[in-house]
Amino acid sequence: MSASMSAPAKKREQLEQVTILFSGDSGDGMQLTGSQLTTTSAVLGNDVSTLPDYPSEIRAPAGSVAGVSGFQLHFSHQEIHTPGDNPDVLVAMNPAALRTNLQRLLPNGVLIIDQDAFSARNLAKAGYEENPLDDPALGSRYQLHPVPATTLTLNALEGLDLKHTVKARCKNFFTLGLVYWLYERPLEQSLEWIDKKFSRMPLVAEANRLALQAGYHYGETSEAFAVQWTVPGARGEAGTWRIINGNEAAALGFVTAAQLADKPLVYSSYPITPATDVLNHLSRWKHMDVRTIQTEDEIAAMGSAIGAAYGGAFSVTGTSGPGICLKSEAIGLAVMLELPLVILNVQRGGPSTGLPTKTEQADLLQAMFGRNGESPLPILAAASPGDCFDTAIEAFRIAVRHNTPVFVLSEGYLANGSEPWRIPSLQDMEPIVVRHPADPDGFQPYARDAATLARHWILPGTPGMEHCIGGLEKHPPTGAVSYAPEDHEAMCQLRADKVARVADFIPELEVTGPNEATLLVLTWGGTCGAALTAVQRAGERGRSVAHAHLRYLNPFPRNLEALLGRYEKVLIPELNAGQLALLIRGRFLVDAVSFPKLRGQPFTVREIEARIEELLA
Amino acid sequence: MNSEQSPVKLTRKDFTSSQDVRWCPGCGNNAILAQMQKTLPELGVPRENIVIISGIGCSSRFPYYMNTYGIHSIHGRAPTLAMGLKAARPELQVWVVTGDGDALAIGGNHLTHALRRNVDINILLFNNRIYGLTKGQYSPTSRIGARTSSSPDGSIENPVNPVGIAIGSEASFIARTVDIFQKHMSQVLRRSADHRGAALVEIAQNCIIFNDATWGDITDPDNRHDHVLYLEHGKPMRFGKQGEKGIRLNGLRPEVVRVADVGEENLLVHDERASEPTLAYLLSRMGPPDFPTPLGVFRAIDKPVYSQLLSEQVHRAQTEKAADLDALFRQGETWDVT
Repeated sequence: MSASMSAPAKKREQLEQVTILFSGDSGDGMQLTGSQLTTTSAVLGNDVSTLPDYPSEIRAPAGSVAGVSGFQLHFSHQEIHTPGDNPDVLVAMNPAALRTNLQRLLPNGVLIIDQDAFSARNLAKAGYEENPLDDPALGSRYQLHPVPATTLTLNALEGLDLKHTVKARCKNFFTLGLVYWLYERPLEQSLEWIDKKFSRMPLVAEANRLALQAGYHYGETSEAFAVQWTVPGARGEAGTWRIINGNEAAALGFVTAAQLADKPLVYSSYPITPATDVLNHLSRWKHMDVRTIQTEDEIAAMGSAIGAAYGGAFSVTGTSGPGICLKSEAIGLAVMLELPLVILNVQRGGPSTGLPTKTEQADLLQAMFGRNGESPLPILAAASPGDCFDTAIEAFRIAVRHNTPVFVLSEGYLANGSEPWRIPSLQDMEPIVVRHPADPDGFQPYARDAATLARHWILPGTPGMEHCIGGLEKHPPTGAVSYAPEDHEAMCQLRADKVARVADFIPELEVTGPNEATLLVLTWGGTCGAALTAVQRAGERGRSVAHAHLRYLNPFPRNLEALLGRYEKVLIPELNAGQLALLIRGRFLVDAVSFPKLRGQPFTVREIEARIEELLA
Repeated sequence: MNSEQSPVKLTRKDFTSSQDVRWCPGCGNNAILAQMQKTLPELGVPRENIVIISGIGCSSRFPYYMNTYGIHSIHGRAPTLAMGLKAARPELQVWVVTGDGDALAIGGNHLTHALRRNVDINILLFNNRIYGLTKGQYSPTSRIGARTSSSPDGSIENPVNPVGIAIGSEASFIARTVDIFQKHMSQVLRRSADHRGAALVEIAQNCIIFNDATWGDITDPDNRHDHVLYLEHGKPMRFGKQGEKGIRLNGLRPEVVRVADVGEENLLVHDERASEPTLAYLLSRMGPPDFPTPLGVFRAIDKPVYSQLLSEQVHRAQTEKAADLDALFRQGETWDVT
């Protein structure tokens, strides 16, 4: 650390955790600033969880409320499961950012503002008639720090031969430097990142380095900042760690599954927010025998996934909800053909185009029922960014063991959010065993495995087993086209039984907290972390409450019904209008209490805690 | 997989499946099926390495009747399955069987893009200018005025021209043949199979129930000579019973001339290998009442093949970088906890 020796000694205080929200214009580099603090904090040993939140427009009009981009980050001495509820610190790079986020800042929270951006023009764009910085109330409610960040950045870069606009753009690193000082973070990680990122533009690298250091020194020397806080590192499990977001974790999971089976991976997809990064990642990993196809539309992506699976590859198509709508007919074909493949839905707010960059969990029933006819398939959902990796692998295990398409539900919140991830050891992973029959003697295309009821994965190119499969109903087990009433009934039953039997191969559901209690909070998907934290806090207050989280949504774990019976009440928080609640009530006649939320934002811990208190009152 | 040549001499019987053929008696599909069963054994490709993928419609029952691998998929989407299959298994020979509704209405997007990408597949488009399986509605190739069960007052829609669409989609192989012209079809099918890249073969096909004799002008044995122009690479374009008529270019417009009047040296000469599809497009616009209908290969050019390019990129990446999953996990910043 290059801390100046002459700096006045400042007070240091220790904190358990901090939630900080960087907020600015879409072009202000808030996502970058946030991810730098994320990595630095994680390397320091903090547990971290992030919530990037940005508009779907690439560059909405500068300074407008519509263009505000945010990155919330929660770092802690202890294990955490959410990006934090309300921020303790708000960094607002312009009036629009302040206007959008001020009401979320906790009372007496730290408020850092780039006062240079509070021009009459920007104030008007944000809808302020008066400059809020002139209101003494602001300084009394919050620990207000107006900083001339743009001016100080330009001063620090005075000697550099760069355009004014390029220099001004470095103000995000100035702000980052200030935050680094405020929370006693080392600069090294970010300095290295800058060198690597701008290796071909040494002058720009120098500018960002200087801005970062200037911000740090400003915190150190400015009398405005009297206290420096520290959040000591939390030591996780032994091993090598990194930061990962859900989309990269899913992409890595798919590659790993294919490698565990010694198969090529084919990923066919059409660009769609927030799933596109999975395609971007996989297209760079061809050396892992990955083939990506960017198709002409979502339907083609699903069709290609079927073709690749038929050919014997590990095949995935990834999209978001609107894409699933288009794929539905072809997903039905995959159900009928009984071919192993994985369909990834990174859910976003709907219906229709809805909220492309905001999170939601409202496609569960679409995955369950969104096809014509009786068309069951297994459904899994990831619980956290890192869990997308394990869920992707588990989906393939099920797909090839039961010869069926499998849904993986992720969410914008998981896809873009990040957390520390312990790098898995390949030796610890079980290989995925795949069998392709090659003995034509007495073979039938729709003969089934006795335990799983799966038909066999017969590959074209196998001599003597030529046959035609298709979307028409079949005669079991020959697969010959049949419209006979008894054949249709038998095949519908077989397809349903086959999926139901997946329950014999998946783990029983476990609870966190008491085995019997007044209340069970039941979650799926990204709601896991907030619910778990809420239940843990309620438990610490002596409340009779437990938490269970469903990774498997179809079929449900075999002990779910018995487990639900051990609690007087069941609360189901989910980012939809009550979809899991509908399934639970319909399947088990349990009077579950639905707790819906449709705001494009994940649950806060406090929201769930409050609901728990209400139900236990 | 299995890419070596089959040592066994195959026959038509080897390609005939056990399924009963359920097309109407007299349907043009029967003739096409017979030619495929006759031609495929002559290609020297092991039967197990052939996959036929279809969509929905009368024509799309085709794979059930061929004793090869096959998928009867969903409406319009057969080219997408074919593309995925070729991405996974470039060594397989893949045929797509489709119709005018399947390929040009609901599946128009996929047809265009399969041709544009030059996926190494053979697309057989059975064009009978009608929806047969739903009992006689007008299709994208039905003529203006066609009275069908859904256009009782006559169709008011302009038909599309499959060859024109293929040209616009930058297809590398485009041909047209007729269901009952057995020898011609066999030649065209073989040319299509030999072509590396996407091949579109339009097959003029008769629906005896709902659109009988839609291709009557070219199939009527008495005067087909005056209505058909057989395209042969490098040959002047002549037609008529004695080859007495020909096609000459007048500015940018073709015209029918008497060979005796203008001399053969002044006729348009077919060039299926022309790098620009100008001539192919000009030919695609020819047909009744003023011109004969061209049959044969409009275009056959060498172009990089999608599945091959995809494999090459993968192989290059594998040569340049070890398949190290652990290294992939460790991309970016890492830290150790002990």
